[in-house]
Amino acid sequence: MRPVYMLAGGITKFAKVHPDKDFRLMVKEAFDAALGDLDGRLTPADIEGSVISYFSDHFTCQLKAGAMVQDFVGLCPKPHVRIEGGGATGGLCFQSAVQAVASGRFNVCAAMGFETMSTVETWKGNDFIALASDTHFDYPLGGFYTGYYAMMAVRHMHEFGTTEEQMARVAVKNYGNAVHNPFAQHRHPATLEEVMNSAMIAYPCRRMTTCVMSDGAAAVILASEEAARKFCANPIRVAGIGSGSDAMRMADRPHARVPLLPHESESDYRDLKYPGVHSFRAGRMAAMEAYRQAGITDPRQDIQAWELHDAYASAELQQYEDIGLCKYGESGRFIEEGHPTIHGSNPVNPSGGLLACGHPVGATGLMQMVFCFWQCQQTIARHFGDPFCQIQNVRRAAGYSHAGTGTYVTISILEKP
Amino acid sequence: MKLPEKTEGPWVTSFDPLTRQWTYTVTYNVSYAEDSPFFHALGHNKLLGSECQKCRYRYATPRTVCMYCGGPTDWFELPLEGRVHSWTTCHFSGEPYLSECPFHLGLIEFDRVDTLFMTRLVGIEQPRIGMPVRACFRRKKTWSVNDVYFVKKE
Ligand SMILES: [Zn+2]
Repeated sequence: MRPVYMLAGGITKFAKVHPDKDFRLMVKEAFDAALGDLDGRLTPADIEGSVISYFSDHFTCQLKAGAMVQDFVGLCPKPHVRIEGGGATGGLCFQSAVQAVASGRFNVCAAMGFETMSTVETWKGNDFIALASDTHFDYPLGGFYTGYYAMMAVRHMHEFGTTEEQMARVAVKNYGNAVHNPFAQHRHPATLEEVMNSAMIAYPCRRMTTCVMSDGAAAVILASEEAARKFCANPIRVAGIGSGSDAMRMADRPHARVPLLPHESESDYRDLKYPGVHSFRAGRMAAMEAYRQAGITDPRQDIQAWELHDAYASAELQQYEDIGLCKYGESGRFIEEGHPTIHGSNPVNPSGGLLACGHPVGATGLMQMVFCFWQCQQTIARHFGDPFCQIQNVRRAAGYSHAGTGTYVTISILEKP
Repeated sequence: MKLPEKTEGPWVTSFDPLTRQWTYTVTYNVSYAEDSPFFHALGHNKLLGSECQKCRYRYATPRTVCMYCGGPTDWFELPLEGRVHSWTTCHFSGEPYLSECPFHLGLIEFDRVDTLFMTRLVGIEQPRIGMPVRACFRRKKTWSVNDVYFVKKE
């Protein structure tokens, strides 16, 4: 495996609906934004292949939409593949492009993703998403992902004493950050009271602790060390990628022992049955692999900025524990003490995350990596037109992309060379 | 020769950009295949789980092959009483289930069974973790996992 560098990233503004642009034009916008950042040094002719991601053919009403993106952005007849993996589609797309460069197959590879969720009403969208649960045993019970996450959150509350207020604090933090992010769909600050009084969707997930449907696209350019030097003034190295999986039906998850991160010990979790339905084992596995590759022994010290998959505020709390920002059971206190806030010890979702930015599924994981890239480059101020979301002295930033009730998770770590 | 004119067109929801409605429906013939005995058993008011014949892991939701050792599983009758492992109340849902809101979902744990079973909790005002529940079966079968649901055990 040879070193891989990220050269550029681009995002369209995520919105409830983009009726004036189809998915091809949205991706082209993101792709052009990425190339534009390289001052014309890199052209489509330099790109040797691409990976394109979108989650749902149902939303797109178009099979093989990836092929249409490939020709639209001018990359035919080069190699191309479409990647799909539920909510982690974008993260898997990023990692697939990393592998294509690391293996030596391509010197420059584009990773592009999109979703157009506005083609149907929200309740139909919920139905499409629920088709990504077991259609014999889970979907017919009420086909609703928020309901599944709600049951995980209720168990987390039972095991660890996590509260609704702690979940609301995650949302307040993320909405607050997004006020300063022009790419975000939701740019109004929210008070704890507003979040806690917003409509209940599935207890304890409320309207304002649950992400919305979005249209949007994101694109990333990855390259070998030699190509990075040629095309980019300030490339960022991909220091490690990791991923994990778990049983599709959360009813099937084991109740066993916690796989430990380097800074944890057996005695931390003597009585904890893991992962049960309160934790994401795939996230823990992804962290272990990515940390090993990047040489990370304590993520609390070694990674300065995180983009986590806060499709639900409760899921962000669960993820703090899976990635080892705090021990299992401590995420409620972790947010209460302000650690993941933008000025805290471990900033999480300085962009506003999925709650505020939106979650156009196939673009989301790539969007996270674009934000991480700008954090490492220290170019947030230039891209956002506002320095607020820039974390000072970022050496490493990491993105966490997440599917199903934790069926796939990817973690990708970027590092300033 | 002219193409016949259509009198029923699609609804146009916006003229610029032009947005038309497109209805696409499909009927699948979906086989429960190797899981069929579970659904047959619901017709006899029984709940079947799977037990690994090699490592004896017991699954509350059926699978033909063990996730851990790859061994074949055999059917066993689950107890009709268990406890709520987790729950939620859905006030919103996907389109087919919207009219049923609010409804409770639950994950059920059984004694001496290693995994859980997801189901609807019915007739319970406020579910709680640990609450004893028992299985009930629909009289008129829908041939789906909804033929069983759980109520509070008094
Ligand atoms: Zn076995």
